[in-house]
Amino acid sequence: MSYIGKGIPRVESFEKVTGIAKYVNDLMLPGMLYAKMLLSPHAHAKIKRIDVSRAKELPGVKAVLTGEELNYKQGLYLRDKDILAKGKVRYQGEPVAAVAAVSEEIAEQAISLIEVEYELLPTVFDPVEAIKKDAPLVHEELGSYEFMKGVFHPVPGTNIANHHKLRKGDVEKGFKESYKIIENEFRMPQVAHVPMETHVVIAEWLPNDRIKLYTSAQSPFAVRNLMSVTLGIPHARIEVEVPYLGGGFGGKAGIHLEPLTALLSKKAGGRPVKLVAKREEEFNTLPCRQALVARIKTGVSKEGRILAQEITYYWDAGAYADYGVNIGRAAGYSGAGPYDIENVKLDSYTIYTNHVFGTAYRGFGHVEFMWAIERQMDMVAHEIGMDPYEFRMKNVLKPGSITITGEKIRENTGRVDKCLESVAKEIGWSKRKTDEEKKAEIANGKITGKGLAVLHKAPAMPTFTSCSAVAKFNDDGTVSISVSGTDMGQGTYTALAQIAADTLKMPVEKIIMVWDCDTKTDPYDWQTVASRFLFMGGNAVIRACNDMIEQMKEVASAVLRAPKDELEIGDERVYIKHNPDEYVTYKELALGYVYPNGNAIGGPIIGRGKYIAQGLTILDPETGQGLPAIDWTYGAHGVEVEVDIKTGDLRIKKIASTFDVGKVINKLLAEGQVKGGVVQGIGTGLFEGYIYNKEGKLLNNSFTDYKIPTAKDIPDEIVTDFVETPQLDGPYGARGVAEHPMISVNAAIANAIYDAIGVNINDQPLTSERIWKALKEAGLN
Amino acid sequence: MKEITVTVNGEKYTVNVKENKTLLQFLREDLFLTGTKEGCGAGECGACTVIMNGKAVNSCLVLAVEADGAEIITIEGIAKDSELSKIQKAFIKHQAFQCGFCTPGMIMSAKALLDRNPNPSEEEIKEAIAGNLCRCTGYFPIIDAIKDVAEGRIEQ
Repeated sequence: MSYIGKGIPRVESFEKVTGIAKYVNDLMLPGMLYAKMLLSPHAHAKIKRIDVSRAKELPGVKAVLTGEELNYKQGLYLRDKDILAKGKVRYQGEPVAAVAAVSEEIAEQAISLIEVEYELLPTVFDPVEAIKKDAPLVHEELGSYEFMKGVFHPVPGTNIANHHKLRKGDVEKGFKESYKIIENEFRMPQVAHVPMETHVVIAEWLPNDRIKLYTSAQSPFAVRNLMSVTLGIPHARIEVEVPYLGGGFGGKAGIHLEPLTALLSKKAGGRPVKLVAKREEEFNTLPCRQALVARIKTGVSKEGRILAQEITYYWDAGAYADYGVNIGRAAGYSGAGPYDIENVKLDSYTIYTNHVFGTAYRGFGHVEFMWAIERQMDMVAHEIGMDPYEFRMKNVLKPGSITITGEKIRENTGRVDKCLESVAKEIGWSKRKTDEEKKAEIANGKITGKGLAVLHKAPAMPTFTSCSAVAKFNDDGTVSISVSGTDMGQGTYTALAQIAADTLKMPVEKIIMVWDCDTKTDPYDWQTVASRFLFMGGNAVIRACNDMIEQMKEVASAVLRAPKDELEIGDERVYIKHNPDEYVTYKELALGYVYPNGNAIGGPIIGRGKYIAQGLTILDPETGQGLPAIDWTYGAHGVEVEVDIKTGDLRIKKIASTFDVGKVINKLLAEGQVKGGVVQGIGTGLFEGYIYNKEGKLLNNSFTDYKIPTAKDIPDEIVTDFVETPQLDGPYGARGVAEHPMISVNAAIANAIYDAIGVNINDQPLTSERIWKALKEAGLN
Repeated sequence: MKEITVTVNGEKYTVNVKENKTLLQFLREDLFLTGTKEGCGAGECGACTVIMNGKAVNSCLVLAVEADGAEIITIEGIAKDSELSKIQKAFIKHQAFQCGFCTPGMIMSAKALLDRNPNPSEEEIKEAIAGNLCRCTGYFPIIDAIKDVAEGRIEQ
């Protein structure tokens, strides 16, 4: 029997419903100290003086750190961040000092004893303003920072951390040939990830320069590498362990509080230090999703073909580049959406401001720019009097299309058109309201509308991204599988267990996924981001299992006195193809086969598997041409909404979401992933967003002021469906779908609002207030 | 310090606690019952929900001294040995969790609801868990799991 496609529960279900699953904050070490941070009250200010003497004198305080004594630069692709602010602060909430003490209370008290004198500096908050010549500089030293050359393009002397260019065809020619040219601007604010578990680190920096970390990080090997690069400690002297992880959504990718916590431990003579981010710090100190200002100019023929598109993305990176520069790059190769367009000019600027800095967030920029693209597509369709569904169908990528970076779409790349068709059918797109029905709705005070949007996304990752898996037999014939991508709830470990069970042809209950990722013992994986773990990790697991099978056949060949190629596996046995009664069991082979006379052969069976991205290229710095993606997952949403004319309240009656995942590995978990992502898309689309005062102080840094969806905010119905166009190099044909459910939900809703009331809303979030104003504009209330 | 007597998961404890210690800290740090989580420390997310005298409470908002004489049930107290309770089984059946961090609190809110109202409507279910934030699931499987228990579809 096959487990592929079956909806089996998560392998760690028991641990999670009983509370025995241990997260970093549940761990305590002997002699552990507690850390607290002092945060900047200003968005941009010179640090004139810091006095920590009173904090140091407080009994129970074991370490006090300020930026002045730390000579390190932290960063992923562009190393621009001090571990504690040095010389100046660049956002309100930035850590300027930290202490470790024997209790949280004493640490808190010590923080209150630190005196800092600031001198205010001019601020800049809008990325479009920040790109202007006379804007205050957030990083005067940009030209001296180390960065990944050839891939990123910072502009020294400006606030531009990265300028990614894409040039395909000739847009001027395309615009000249166009029947109509439509130009719009779209905006969206910063939003928070809100994993229910905040960032937590326990660090020990032992006197012999060995570092041990327990951290709530998505990617243990990335933390180890970035710790090594930041602190100059060799990789092999750093151990990173990630136990259960309480959600990530990109906010726990990369590296955050780990170096600071480790340095506090060093200063405290090697005692373990625990740093738990408060919820307020989660909003205000740790990074969020970047804000975006998007300008799109589209030239279209009378028949509804897009002839040219000119796009400018202004990403608000906030104070530090972090993943922001790579999001700008991803938008550079993906930012025209899943459309076949001959002439495209795209400039994607990642721009420093004095906001909280941005980082990876489920969708890696695609939620933001697809908002602009999918709103624009509807507006273009309306402008030329074409049905938005027909318009999209005419222009979406199909087999034979060439993407904006020059990649050829093939039969098996995936089908966005089929996804769109599926959701349109599900919401009854073709059945439009009659004029009488419209009048009746207005009289009734509630107007309904339908909206569509498509999406695509590929993993954004280095060309040399790799991962590995080790599969080991246990004495009892069960198999333990070690990988070091983490399972933060997305369910990949369960899918990998299913893949292993199918490959080894054994019961899934006998596959044990090794929990607690540890760089000390687990095989390498780059990062758990980008919806690429199932694809790459799945391939590595298949190869590790095949390696075990080869080794078993080797031994079985001797035992059964049969050539290897005449052996087959099944029912936890290796048997002779034409005589299945002649077999040897997995259990007999697991640790080495023993003959009746006591002779033994073989030895423990340990399978190795690895996978490395194939064929990816660095993109041309002037044209952005090249191959950036190992696979593309396409999808679409169809939405039906109801707008309350009096209040602007929005009720989502139905969302239909379809994705071409290649092959569903676990239906139950795939559907769960979609529903969760759609609701996160609704929250960030409808009511989330950072609100600052004039001085750049974040005003909504708690759940009282920053609302995420509760059980009362969900749509009446979510219908999920999957298209299965096999990915030829994917495990059992599968491709990732972790981030995708969240992308374009917002645009589909705004398109439905337009359908209901005839007003375009181009700025997010789609609050009742904004909708109410739109109703006013439409003369409906 | 003040002496309190509190029953947690059927076990009686008489201990001295600091007056400013929360029930959440007491459970996690003194009794090592780390199944109950802290998500915000301000009573806004529900991750720390436990049942106190039959009612779901945010244990980060209750002082340990206020629990003097009280009966507390935490996530560690609802399975009998390794036999899961109905609500836990229903959560597994529907995969009503992903990362699992809000799950203990969510299960305690669901249990408190079902204990006082074995046949809740969908609206009553949503109301009962509206104070428990979950960023992963979109709540649909959680509501389905609670309904399954209420409608007798889960075997003990």
